[in-house]
Amino acid sequence: MGETPYLDGGEPLDVKRSGTQFGFMEPNQINFNGSRVKRFGAQLIWSLVIPAVFITVWYLIANHLQNPVVLPHVRDLVQLLIHPADNLISMGSLLNNIFVSLVRVLIGFILAVLIAVPAGIAMGYYDSVYRLFNGFLGMFRPIPPLAWVPLVLAWFGITSMATLLGVKQGQWYIYLNNLKLSMVFIIFIGAFYPVLTSSLYGVRNVRKVLLDSARVLGANEKDIFRLILLPAVSPSIVNGMRIGLGVAWMCLVSAEMLPGSLSGVGYLITHAYTVARTDIVIAGMVSIGVVGAVLDFLFRILEDKKFAWQRLSR
Amino acid sequence: MLQEAVINIENLCKTYATKQGAFVPALKDINLSVDLNDFICIVGPSGCGKSTMLRIIAGLEQTSEGRVFYMGEEVKKTNREVGMVFQDYSLLPWQNVLDNIALGLVFAGMSRNESLQLAHKYLKLVGLEAFARAYPYELSGGMQQRAAIARALANDPRVLLMDEPFGALDAHTRILLQEELLRIWEQDRKTIMFVTHSVDEAIYLADRIIVMSAHPGQIKEVIDVTMPRPRDRANPLYGQMNARILGMLDR
Repeated sequence: MGETPYLDGGEPLDVKRSGTQFGFMEPNQINFNGSRVKRFGAQLIWSLVIPAVFITVWYLIANHLQNPVVLPHVRDLVQLLIHPADNLISMGSLLNNIFVSLVRVLIGFILAVLIAVPAGIAMGYYDSVYRLFNGFLGMFRPIPPLAWVPLVLAWFGITSMATLLGVKQGQWYIYLNNLKLSMVFIIFIGAFYPVLTSSLYGVRNVRKVLLDSARVLGANEKDIFRLILLPAVSPSIVNGMRIGLGVAWMCLVSAEMLPGSLSGVGYLITHAYTVARTDIVIAGMVSIGVVGAVLDFLFRILEDKKFAWQRLSR
Repeated sequence: MLQEAVINIENLCKTYATKQGAFVPALKDINLSVDLNDFICIVGPSGCGKSTMLRIIAGLEQTSEGRVFYMGEEVKKTNREVGMVFQDYSLLPWQNVLDNIALGLVFAGMSRNESLQLAHKYLKLVGLEAFARAYPYELSGGMQQRAAIARALANDPRVLLMDEPFGALDAHTRILLQEELLRIWEQDRKTIMFVTHSVDEAIYLADRIIVMSAHPGQIKEVIDVTMPRPRDRANPLYGQMNARILGMLDR
């Protein structure tokens, strides 16, 4: 701001929100000689150069080695990935395992959000709450989620949601027994800190003049919270959720290596390793990468749609 | 006296504690009374506490010593009847201009429809009716300040405190908004206390100019401006007064 090149009362800033966000074009921007389309195509090809080189090198090395345990052939992997519903080494399909993993991650993640968001807001808003908890929580922050595994096993063992909810049989038992508390806890720890930190600093970074002007306009504490603070911090909260979900998803393999797990992508990978099916290991890794990227992308869309004001305000 | 002062400041002192534990006086022995419909400008060097004084009157900060009264009642917290416009852009960036102007009305519990209708009236008053649905980031600095003024006025306050509202604007926009503010003020003559570091702006706007000195902030002189409005900057009296006040600030 500051060097506005027009006089007051002139046209507002020319902000083409929908035009630039996802690379879509507005009708009046379409240029009929197709130069925009050409440029887009050129960019797409340019961004595919490195993956193509990577796959080619892989192809050549795999052909040279002829040892699928060290490096499987590209076509074997492609076969696995284009038939994701096929049963693999009697462990269910790739899709099925991804689904199980997703449910686990979402449960741990949602629990983390439910606790970390209110805690972060309270710590950001009230100095006393901050001082009360900050030292304690700061001690646990540097501990990698994986380091919790032995302790978590000692606490929860193979206790599952089914045990907790007292479900003993039936369809629900099968689902709930898959959700071991140990796993949920590891994923929870992974997601907790990013969400907490972003909520806390989101509150800290709300511009003071917004709160002052609301007070002068007659806002009570409830108005301030509901109409000023919450909307102002929601971009940081969602950003923290995006990072938290990413970390939670990364904790998946360590969580699914825990005893009592008989499904999930993490388990599929470790089990495939023990039977020397490197192609399944890589297929599992690729699925983890793709699902993680899709989740991240969904959050980005939400951020772009809902919180464009934050990007455009400065 | 027929009518008591709208704002009365008695022996106001404000001290800040530094991190080293020392006390720095920001305002010292301020006595001032502001009558209904007065347009008062407060000028002074930076650090003279003029903004702090305004924030205390608004109820955003507390006094260290002395008391501030609004309509005979001591100011302890913010009050809908005392509005304020800030130097920093203060519109909510996630709401459009119309919703922003309606904000105070929403706080007062008015229905959405009613508040938007009233907000529209004030939008017109500041000449932004074409930008009702625009977001603050789509507006120039001058337009954002117009909207902020409309938002303060929509609450129909008795007193309007303005803390260098045109400080961040370029010279031309600034003069346009000064004229605009006077035009609006002529309609209902709210009591205005306007802080500025521009002597020229103070002479153009005020009935009365409070000249302050810094370290500690004290009232140095109170000057009545009797030239009829709209004031002509080419008028020799204007220039003389400007030179006189600038001279005071130098010392």
